[in-house]
Amino acid sequence: MTEATQDLAGGVSPSELGPASPRVVAGFGFWLFLLSDIVMFSAFFAAYTVLSGATAGGADGAQLFHRDRVLIETGCLLTSSFTCGLLSLAFERRDAVWTYLWGAATFSLGVAFLSIEVIEFTGMISQGAGPSRSAFLSAFFTLVGAHGAHVGLGLIWLVVMMAQVATLGFPPMVMRRLLCCSLFWHALDIVWIGVFTVVYLGVRR
Amino acid sequence: MSANEATNGDDKAPGVERDGGDWRRYLIGFVLAVLLTLSSFWAAQTHMVWAPSVPVLLGVLAIAQMGVHLVFFFHISSAPDQTNNFLALAFGLLVVGLVVFGSLWIMTNLNANMMPMGRLMQMQR
Repeated sequence: MTEATQDLAGGVSPSELGPASPRVVAGFGFWLFLLSDIVMFSAFFAAYTVLSGATAGGADGAQLFHRDRVLIETGCLLTSSFTCGLLSLAFERRDAVWTYLWGAATFSLGVAFLSIEVIEFTGMISQGAGPSRSAFLSAFFTLVGAHGAHVGLGLIWLVVMMAQVATLGFPPMVMRRLLCCSLFWHALDIVWIGVFTVVYLGVRR
Repeated sequence: MSANEATNGDDKAPGVERDGGDWRRYLIGFVLAVLLTLSSFWAAQTHMVWAPSVPVLLGVLAIAQMGVHLVFFFHISSAPDQTNNFLALAFGLLVVGLVVFGSLWIMTNLNANMMPMGRLMQMQR
């Protein structure tokens, strides 16, 4: 902090101080990716909101969605975001044991979330309410399915990171990847807030 | 965090705390997020709130929870060492707002101006 104030007083511009550290560059770049991912989701949200009434005579949200199940899903994902935060504290300390433990907790909660979602999707499809039934269901499966695909990718990434910690330890390269992985997981939860509010709680009863 | 990390007036990467982090921050964020989530689920099925205002209430709760996540899980703030993160977030929000509200506005307008289905059928005869 004293350095920064000196810089301001000395009139040295940030660009004269040289490039930022790779960790900051990687973190900022990944932040930009996450924001663009959220822009993509916002288009799916807009499509869903526009089409949510277009059921083509088929089942609507009030008949298809189970709020109790969504509450459990939300609890799993929210808790996994918390354990992911504890995971990031563990790897900042370069503590392998707690990194594995919180990684395992995050992974299991993510698997629980994804399993409930798969059960929901297969149940809907077996009732004849698949993505091809109506515009409403196409938009639903696109939005919620895209989020679920992100969770699946995040789970694979988490396993890969645990393997890298096991084989490589905590060099700066692995630390950067762990940082991006935990940011990705937190971003999934932010998108899910939008999903449960707009999709599951937004239906008229 | 160590002084040499902070030299050359580095920006702060999102998700990183200068002091190495504190689990209590995550716990506060988690408790707030749980309270906001439960309020959302309660608001969606209660009769204690005037029904037409429920969507607005849900929107406010969702935006509040997203803010909690950004502050307590991403550690985003308007501090001088993360102007870049904050500006990127502001631009992201601008685009999200344009896409969502722009789409809804245009589509509602098109819907309102569309000929009712019955009359369209009659014209095609």
